[in-house]
Amino acid sequence: MASGEKILLAHGGGGRLTEELIRSIILPAFDNQILSGLTDSAELQIGKSSICFTTDSYVIKPIFFNGGDIGKLAVCGTINDLAVSGAKPLAISMALIIEEGLEIQTLQKIIASAAQAAKQQNISIVCGDTKVVEAGSADKIFINTSGIGLKMPQAKLGFGQISPGDTIIVSGTIGDHGMTVMSQREGIKFESSLKSDCAAVTEICTNLVEIFGDDIKFMRDPTRGGLAAALNDIAGQTSHGVEIYEEKIPVNPTVKAAAEMLGFDILNIANEGKIIAVVSARKAQSCLDLCRSLPIGRDAAIIGTIAKNAEPLVELITAVKGRRIVQTPYGRELPRIC
Amino acid sequence: MLERINKAYKQIARANQTLGRRINVMEVCGTHTVSIFRAGLRDVLPDCLKLLSGPGCPVCVTDQGYIDAVLSLSERDDIIIATYGDMIRVPGRNGSLEQKTNKGNIKIISSAQDALNLAKQMPDKKILFVAVGFETTTPATAVLANEALNEGIKNLFIFSNHKLVIPAMEALLSEKNHRIDAFLCPGHVSVIIGSDAYKPIVEKFKRPCVVSGFEPMQIIIALSEICSQLADGTPAVASLYDAAVTPQGNKTAQKITNESFDIVDGYWRGLGKIAKSTLKLKEKFSSLDAEKQLGIQFIPEEDLSGCRCGEVLCGLIDPVECGLFANSCMPDTPVGPCMVSSEGACAAWYKYARRKRQN
Repeated sequence: MASGEKILLAHGGGGRLTEELIRSIILPAFDNQILSGLTDSAELQIGKSSICFTTDSYVIKPIFFNGGDIGKLAVCGTINDLAVSGAKPLAISMALIIEEGLEIQTLQKIIASAAQAAKQQNISIVCGDTKVVEAGSADKIFINTSGIGLKMPQAKLGFGQISPGDTIIVSGTIGDHGMTVMSQREGIKFESSLKSDCAAVTEICTNLVEIFGDDIKFMRDPTRGGLAAALNDIAGQTSHGVEIYEEKIPVNPTVKAAAEMLGFDILNIANEGKIIAVVSARKAQSCLDLCRSLPIGRDAAIIGTIAKNAEPLVELITAVKGRRIVQTPYGRELPRIC
Repeated sequence: MLERINKAYKQIARANQTLGRRINVMEVCGTHTVSIFRAGLRDVLPDCLKLLSGPGCPVCVTDQGYIDAVLSLSERDDIIIATYGDMIRVPGRNGSLEQKTNKGNIKIISSAQDALNLAKQMPDKKILFVAVGFETTTPATAVLANEALNEGIKNLFIFSNHKLVIPAMEALLSEKNHRIDAFLCPGHVSVIIGSDAYKPIVEKFKRPCVVSGFEPMQIIIALSEICSQLADGTPAVASLYDAAVTPQGNKTAQKITNESFDIVDGYWRGLGKIAKSTLKLKEKFSSLDAEKQLGIQFIPEEDLSGCRCGEVLCGLIDPVECGLFANSCMPDTPVGPCMVSSEGACAAWYKYARRKRQN
């Protein structure tokens, strides 16, 4: 990166600019193998146990949205990073950066919601920190959570496990979280029917791993950058092509309409309660049945495959049988006019 | 669905035979461009039908001089710039708004009404509304101007660079070397201007103008209609968009637009000056007119060195034929306007069809 350049919002968008920032500034400085893998969580060998360790900061606007709030999001998001790594979450931390002037009642609501989300997952929030900054130095409240989990012995996950012919499953409709938040931010009144999918995905992940073991090759929660970023990561890291079918990707019709209205590609939109799983073709149907048997996975679908003899690109086969390349989004999604 | 596609193939083949060469259809609207790429329609259509991406993205056609004028105000502490999201990456001669957002005085809005709300929320700031767009967004600016005037809002300023679609289509057809056989006309603009607005084009230039929705099948059906007209030598206006498009259009929207704006000559990025193509606020709104109140200097652009957006917009070349495309001109470092918006012809090409270049 050239000197004199400044950080743009797009550097935090989870797209190509974010990756560039991490690769050019952060990885060389911290220089270690565990971090360089850029996995959802770091795997640490402690005695005979494998511990997964992850952290994430939450800076969402608005802090309350249909289907959740920043407190629930901060708990579920970190739990999910552990779950898709094949770990059973054990405990999390929570650090708050609060803007001077925030109503105490608002904070109480957020904390109650975080507590409830943790309780539902049988997780304790075991340590934390509180800082207050002067008005204008933060936007209401920022939350960081870190979490540790015990890696399940059956879990054999990683880009290296993926091979051509494997099947790609998504655990439900995509784009719900991102479109709900953006619609509320833009003041567009879809709120009544749009709802964030913000939820913990532990149940679906642990069941898949416990029952199907090494037939589950890889899991990821497609948050920032959506399905497009997650699938491009698979293509990039494995050097295999990825083929997905437009008609098979589950999308709530209202979410689709909202995305079209604001000019967004639904594949780029964030999810907060979904996973994609790459599984062996022979167990694909059983994995799908299992996902669908759980409330959180009732809309699960097989959406594509790891292609044979293909370039490392993500290709979408469209409803009219056209093909197009799906790219990692550049950065922040911008609403467009007309 | 297959039946419909086969029917379209037959009409395309028929038109191809009548013309004795490849058929060139321009999709005027950027939303069509994106829809065509997202659906991979170019793959599905036979080679003898070529889709040209036209000038139909309001951001694409925004002149550098206009961006520079907006940028010149971004350093002022008393001004908040309210803009549609896709404008912030459009490069002027001295960078883009995205590079200036760190001061926190650039707000992304999704409707003209948001600018009025900002003005009320921040009475000690001057709100500059970056008013761009075609006939679909212009009425909202007109409503904004009228409301602000009626309510006596003193801190809202409108910098109008609204454009008209029809003069641009006529300008393209007046180019000597153009390759346009027919137009696929935008559904949402047509809801406002009415399908009769295309009649002069059909009469003067003998080119089919078919209004279509944005679903891939609707586009295929519209292309089938276009080719059937070309094969029979009967160019006409046809509307295949739902009942929302009437011959006369939305009279209310047209009325408030006509009462609020004067039609003047204007600069289009890549296309140059087009007569009677741009809208400026009428005299009665001069207290809201940013050009009059904020001392804006608007110097129209010179050529962008090496950038062939003009030819892309005119349908003379594909984006890949430009030397800058995917080299120095990328979505995160756009040179020309067509790379800037997600709807721009080059951005859409880069995003969805880059493999074509690799082959």
